[in-house]
This record gives sequence, structure tokens and C-alpha cells, in this order.
Amino acid sequence: MRYYQKKLECISRGELRSLQSERLVKLVRYMYDNVAPYRKKMVDIGIEPGDIKDIDDLKLLPFTEKTDLRDNYPFGLLAKPMKDISRFHGSSGTSGKLTVVGYTKSDLKIWAQVMARSLVMAGADKDSVVHVAYGYGLFTGGFGAHMGAELIGSTITPASSGNTARQIMLIRDFNAKILCCTPSYALYIAEEMQKLGMSPEDIPLKAGVFGAEPWTNEMRDEIEKRLGITALDVYGLSEISGPGVSMECTVKNGMHIWEDHFVPEVLGADLKPLKYGEKGELVFTTITKDGMPLIRYRTRDICTLYDGKCACGRTHVRMSKIVGRTDDMLIIRGINVFPSQLEAALIRCGNIVTPNYQIIVDREGLLDRLSVKVEMSDEAFTDTVSEVERIRKAIEKEIHDALGIGAKIILCEPRSIVRSEGKAVRIIDNRKKY
Amino acid sequence: MFVKQIAVFLENRKGRINELTKVLSDNKIDLITLSIADTNDFGILRAITNDNEKAMRVLKDAGFTATVAELIGVEVSDIPGGLHNVLKILDTEGISIEYIYSFAHTKDKRAVILFRVLEQARALEILKRNKIKVLDNLTC
Repeated sequence: MRYYQKKLECISRGELRSLQSERLVKLVRYMYDNVAPYRKKMVDIGIEPGDIKDIDDLKLLPFTEKTDLRDNYPFGLLAKPMKDISRFHGSSGTSGKLTVVGYTKSDLKIWAQVMARSLVMAGADKDSVVHVAYGYGLFTGGFGAHMGAELIGSTITPASSGNTARQIMLIRDFNAKILCCTPSYALYIAEEMQKLGMSPEDIPLKAGVFGAEPWTNEMRDEIEKRLGITALDVYGLSEISGPGVSMECTVKNGMHIWEDHFVPEVLGADLKPLKYGEKGELVFTTITKDGMPLIRYRTRDICTLYDGKCACGRTHVRMSKIVGRTDDMLIIRGINVFPSQLEAALIRCGNIVTPNYQIIVDREGLLDRLSVKVEMSDEAFTDTVSEVERIRKAIEKEIHDALGIGAKIILCEPRSIVRSEGKAVRIIDNRKKY
Repeated sequence: MFVKQIAVFLENRKGRINELTKVLSDNKIDLITLSIADTNDFGILRAITNDNEKAMRVLKDAGFTATVAELIGVEVSDIPGGLHNVLKILDTEGISIEYIYSFAHTKDKRAVILFRVLEQARALEILKRNKIKVLDNLTC
């Protein structure tokens, strides 16, 4: 099987455009009628549904920001009543509040379809065993890969994350062909295999669908060599759908964005759309969702879009790997981390720490590791190790609760974290990723 | 009734102890005891000096995080079992030691044991009841 939905994946650009236009016109009317906060945005700039006649009018519409999701937490942006919402997913937002996304049955079906297309790109079919080592939960990775593989009719091993020795045993014993996980976890599996004295020939894997964090082509080479597979990049975000918003084909020349569902734009610093080949902020409009559709959602991810025919036969535009962010969000082990969340957590710790901190991200032994340097206050210090450790653990817990991932807390002397003039150097990211 | 000690928080950073001893030296402060509790990430330096108040002041001025802590000090004979005789009394009473260090006066065969427990007042009372010689301050 080379395509999952050949007709749609290889649709002519003209036909795709008409399909997008038709869907956008319907969507704008639907949003205006059902989502009060978005209707208000339209009213504020004097736009009515009737002004949107085709896909070129997209640029007239107001943006949706991550803060809109936060401000309308938890259900303010839902376009359907709760009885029609089948599932929630979410990711961490800037204020420590979850970014909640509600999916209807139809949204889940679309998501499963685009993920099925993506997995077929990597070679999945009815006879394949697909090993899903993305976490299952509010995070979209596990369920996204799972639903796509299920739709194809593959056999799924829902291994979720953790217990690497067992993962390797399951991959080998169940004859898994496709591995779905984060690229850093794929490398970790390779590392563990080496420790167990296993070589790439000892496992049946043929391809990997890796995403949820940025990675380099060097990392791809490393994974391909050490696991003996074809490693492909998948992109997604829960706000838009989850994994499968775009997927790299075996030509390995960018990820095809499934434009019949998700319309991309790349914007310059002035928020005006750029031409293909120019680098800017990626913005999506979901033209087929009905649970929580988003118009011109600003992802803050920086990339480049490429048009032109791809050797794989698909006509959908390709996006480059994500080369940066327009905000200070970090992605650590697939989790979004905002320095502002950390700052709020430190303030909640009270007078045992100063609000000064430094975040250090390392890729140690191929897994991302988050360390936070904090300054213990003069008042909190006592002469016993047990008391200082108790303070460290209290800070650790507060930060874990705020970020959703563990961080190593390094206590420093007050006034020891470098203050720079103007913007403080808060983040030291030692990972090579872009 | 307690022996005063200063405690200083030290980041695990090369040269940090040297910076501290320089401050004490420049201010002509004499160290009587010195010990360091080290963990993977930080250390706590504990010291008794000939002028703890001045030591606190100059260390804080130099940017160190320091605090004064009270220790129980006892004097025992510097012979096998000298320390054990004291500790077994505390153990019987269910007192746990947070940390302990000692030094010996070699010429008169006496040793000074300094320690910190959570229930300082109760420990002190137990020791006195058992006729252990408790020190008020250290003079050498």
C-alpha cells in the first residue's frame, strides 16, 4: 500500500484550492454562529462571514492565539455542546493552565485518517505490527498513532512510554515493523539495545515515525544507522489535531501538510503571509473540524513551506523541520515548558527561594534532562543537610506540579545566578536540535 | 548551655572554600573547628571561630549565606568508649543525631564532642541528668 487516500493525497492543486475555498466559507459561517469569542474578533475588525468568498480571503480573518485558549479555558472555544464532544486532549500552556482541545467523533475520524495516511507513508499496512511508544494520555502522541494504525488495520502494540528493556523485547518478539515515539526515545532504545549486546539485525523494525520534538538530520542518520530503519518526521500539535498534521514521505524533503484539512500560512514579523520558500511563523486553519475549529492559529513554530511536485506523487505542500520558536517555549521530552510557568511556581514556593532562576536543558545519554538552578534565600538556610534537602524537595515538587515533568533542582547561593542587563539569560539549551 | 557555631551554604563550585577562608583570614578570625557536610550538589561548612559574631558579619558582607546554629558540646575522656558512653545514653532515649564532629586536646587526654539533634533541649536535659559534662563555649 503506497497511499491511504490516493485521490486526496494526490489531488490537483486546482481541485485542492476549490475544496479549501468551499470548506473555509462554511467554516467561517459556522464559527461566527457557534463560537462567541471568535465572532467577537470578527465583529471587532468589521468582518462578516459573507466577506469570505474563497481561500484567498483567509488573510482577512483575525488570528487565534494560544492565549485565546487560555482565556476561554476550559470550554469557551468549543463549537459543539458537551454531548457531541468525545474526548479531550491538551498540552501545557504559558500560565500553567492546560490548553484544552475538545474533539468530536468526526474530528477523531479526521485525525485517524491523516495519521493513517502518515503511517502508510512509512510503510504501514494491514499486515504490519505498529509499536506505539508515545505516551498515552492527554498528550496526543499515543492515541494519535494508535488511531491511525487501527484505521489502516495494522496490529498495534500500545506500549506507551517507559521500561525500555521491555519495549525492545516487545518489538523483537511481536515482530514490530513500525516504531512510533519521540526521536530522542528512538535513540535511547538504540542505546539500550547496544547495552544488551543487540545489533540492528536483531530487531524486525523497518521504519520509524518520530515527532513531538524538534530533531536534526544528523540525529536522523544516527537513528537510521543504529536501528537499521528509515526514520521519518511527523508533526502535529493538539490545538490543530495531534500528530499527523504533516508527515515526511520517504523522499525526506519536508513534511507534507494535509491541506485538505489543515491550511497552512507562513507569516513574516509583520504578520503578513510570506511566499513559499520564505521562513516565518507557521499558522494553521482547520477547515474540517467541528468540535473546536481554529482559524489562523499561531503555532509560534518557525519553518519554511515548499510547493512543487514531490517525487512521492503527493501534491500537498511540504514544511521544513521546525527551526525555532517565536516565544521562549521549550519542548522537553515532548512536553511544552514555558519559563513563565517556572517563575510562577518559584513565587508559589514563598520566601525559601528568590524568583531568580536558570533553566538548563541537556541531552544526557540521549534523553532530555531539565535542570533548574534556583537561589535559596538567606532566611531558608539552616545548618542541617536534611533541612536544606527538604527545601530542595519542596521546590522540586512545586516545579513538577507546574510543568508536568520532573526537573533536577540545583540550589545556589543567593545573588549567584548571573543577572544580565536587560533580558536575563534564563535558558541554557545545550541540546543540538535545530 | 549550647555551643554557638556558624554554618555557611556553599555551592559546589571550585575555589569557593578558598574564598571563604580568605575572608576569615583578612579579618583575622581564628578557626577553632571546621567541618564540611558535602552532598552531590552543595556543601554546608560548619565552623566555630574565636569571634562568631564578627565572622557572621564579614561573611554576610562578602555575600555568603550564613546562619548561626547551636550545638551541644560535651567533654569526654579521650579513651576507647569515651564517645560511645555518651551516644548510648541518647540512643536509649530515642534521640537521633543530625550530625556530629569532635576534636581532641592531646595534652590532657580530653576530647570535645559537638553534635546537633532535633530535640536539643531534651537532649541537654538527659545529658545533665546522666552527669555528662556539657560545655557552654569552646576555649582552646
